[in-house]
Amino acid sequence: MATNRMFRTCPSTGLVFHQPAERLMMANAVAAAVFLLFGGILAIMVVLTRWPAVHLLAADRFYQVLTGHGINMLIFWVIFFEIAVLYFCSSTLLKSRLATPGLAWAAFWLMVIGALINNYAVFWRDDSSVMMTSYAPMGAHWSFYLGLILFAVGALVACFVFFGTLVVAKSERTYVGSVPLVTFGAITAAIIAVFTIASGAIILIPTFLWSLGLISHIDPLMYHTIWWAFGHSSQQINVAAHIAVWYAIAAIVFGAKPLSERVSRSAFLLYILFLQLASAHHLLVDPGLSETWKIFNTSYAMYLAVLASMVHGLTVPGAIEAAQREKGYTHGLFEWLRKAPWGNPVFSGMFISLVGFGFLGGISGVMMGTLQLNTLIHNTLYVPGHFHATVVIGTSLAFMALTYFLIPTLFRREVMFPTIAKWQPYVFGLGMTGVALFLMAAGTLGVPRRDWDITGAGNAFPYSFPGSAFLMLGLAAISGLIAITGGAMYLLNTVGSVFFGKRIQTPDFQHVRAAEGVAPSPKPVAAAIGSYHPGGGGALVAPGTFILALVFLVSFVLYYFINWKYLATVWPMR
Amino acid sequence: MSAIEPPVQRVWWKQPLDRAELLWIILALAWCLIMFFMMPYWHLYGKQDLGSEAYRMSPDDYAKLTEAMVTKYKVREEGGDQKVPVVHPPAGSDVYLIARLWSWYPILELESGKTYRLHLESMDYLHGFSLQPENINIEVVPGYDRVLTITPEHPGTYGLVCNEYCGIGHSTMTSRLYVVK
Repeated sequence: MATNRMFRTCPSTGLVFHQPAERLMMANAVAAAVFLLFGGILAIMVVLTRWPAVHLLAADRFYQVLTGHGINMLIFWVIFFEIAVLYFCSSTLLKSRLATPGLAWAAFWLMVIGALINNYAVFWRDDSSVMMTSYAPMGAHWSFYLGLILFAVGALVACFVFFGTLVVAKSERTYVGSVPLVTFGAITAAIIAVFTIASGAIILIPTFLWSLGLISHIDPLMYHTIWWAFGHSSQQINVAAHIAVWYAIAAIVFGAKPLSERVSRSAFLLYILFLQLASAHHLLVDPGLSETWKIFNTSYAMYLAVLASMVHGLTVPGAIEAAQREKGYTHGLFEWLRKAPWGNPVFSGMFISLVGFGFLGGISGVMMGTLQLNTLIHNTLYVPGHFHATVVIGTSLAFMALTYFLIPTLFRREVMFPTIAKWQPYVFGLGMTGVALFLMAAGTLGVPRRDWDITGAGNAFPYSFPGSAFLMLGLAAISGLIAITGGAMYLLNTVGSVFFGKRIQTPDFQHVRAAEGVAPSPKPVAAAIGSYHPGGGGALVAPGTFILALVFLVSFVLYYFINWKYLATVWPMR
Repeated sequence: MSAIEPPVQRVWWKQPLDRAELLWIILALAWCLIMFFMMPYWHLYGKQDLGSEAYRMSPDDYAKLTEAMVTKYKVREEGGDQKVPVVHPPAGSDVYLIARLWSWYPILELESGKTYRLHLESMDYLHGFSLQPENINIEVVPGYDRVLTITPEHPGTYGLVCNEYCGIGHSTMTSRLYVVK
């Protein structure tokens, strides 16, 4: 079989794109945007129903729409985009041909078909409003599970195409030494993805057989435990992937080099070793599991994965600071940050993603993942508040920021509405910050998640939530509409640019065939900054970042102990 | 040179650490360990810890135990047409609460400052025991009898809300719990 070895070099960035990989990245990114659009339309309805003053949909429709919103956003949008990121981090960054493009297309179509079948079960059949979690013994139509299984198989195949590309790059010597840090982060994401999909198969395949009547009983506690090894770990793929994207953007925009390869890579390694234990976060108030098991797992074995995130939280902005200082922004602690390109959505989106993920998502996540504190917020709106900070501000906004870089480099189009692009990360980030904060506030007041109506109207024994809870829901809804506006700005710009944007013409453009068996090998750049440590000196390379990190730590400690203080006022339980 | 290219120094793992990074790693690790040890500490010395006492029990057997308690300690009925029994069991006894589509059974009346062994089990799907405004939230699972030793405080009428999605009537699954002097 002939192997396509056609490459092109991006004139402005010097990145090398393999022709089949390029098309696959485009297809996966476009599919991601389509599911983001669909999930976003559903988000409008979710928001307008949970806004007590509007209360748009009937109960059955609301639960259906909420099921679809969760699956299309959390699974289809992020994973399609992640596959594009995996191909970028392997083929493009390693200047290698993509292994088995045919299989990669098969994976793509399996994922598309799986996603369509799942949406068919939820929306067309209208008998599978079981939420993303589909907790047995509440059952959905068999096509609901089949869709998810096909999607997962597709994603697994795509992961192996990624691993295969690493092997190809190594054996064809397309790079010298170790893989780049960003590729290392992508490898972390892909390894976690394999674990995740295996867990999904272990639980979804029996549940699929159960829905067909071939298995008589699914133990609800077993389902809860194993499903979350899939459900939570899939969010850990996102964490690893969007942190890799942060490092990539720091490198693209600033030419930033990691403060230390050793520290950043070790932090990714801690993810591989410990992130998967987080299934326990969802089981802290379940019967039947021992406290020892819960404490060990919920803390990722002594919070070693939290340590890793805290390290990335320092090293990403630290690398930016060091690069900016090299360029002469050395005045005071924060000139490097003030003079950063805040009008460039690639940077602003990434930086808002980083701050929102750390301060809102990280701190709230550790609080809820604490064994005893979980009792205070389990299954309240605090939980969606948390994950809108991690997955939406963290992952989605990082992916959006990267898109503004991919439009000219990968799609070779000019961004159609630069002004909209400039403001989009701010509108989206601000709206989603409001969503996260107000949902967490409502959750602290006890408002349940996934609940159509909290007024208790028509109930024999209604419970009246405090007026402040209704206020928080209203504010969350308004913030949600702002965020949806930001999402629409993103989609308008990406769809507009990709399909109708002005083509970027390069004179004499053509794909270049690499010499058979050898792709163009990179030149070692000795003149570039080799290290930020010119020996001794004593001054910190990133003092401003260190101060910001200390602010983060103090907020973290205060918020953590405030919750223990609150817990101490609750009824004694044993 | 940058994070999207292979490290320039082939032996990158021997590069010295920056002082800020090292200091931050030490601080972060110390904080992680404090957070970790807070959990066993509170398990041993704190007052709010759910424990892990649970037994496998079929919903039918659990319903029988609940019915026996209701017959013995029923004090009145509430809820108009629905006639849900209100039960006032003695302090220290085993108290059973059923979660099912879409109601809680029975209504409990407990004495403030007294300790009870509260049992929770679902008859069908997963449900969520959410006591408001106290904000105690516990998963209720079918087939598993979960036992909590609980000491209600502050007399009053509490709301009991289901906070695990359980189908179309989920938001109507609310009840009460009385704490009396």
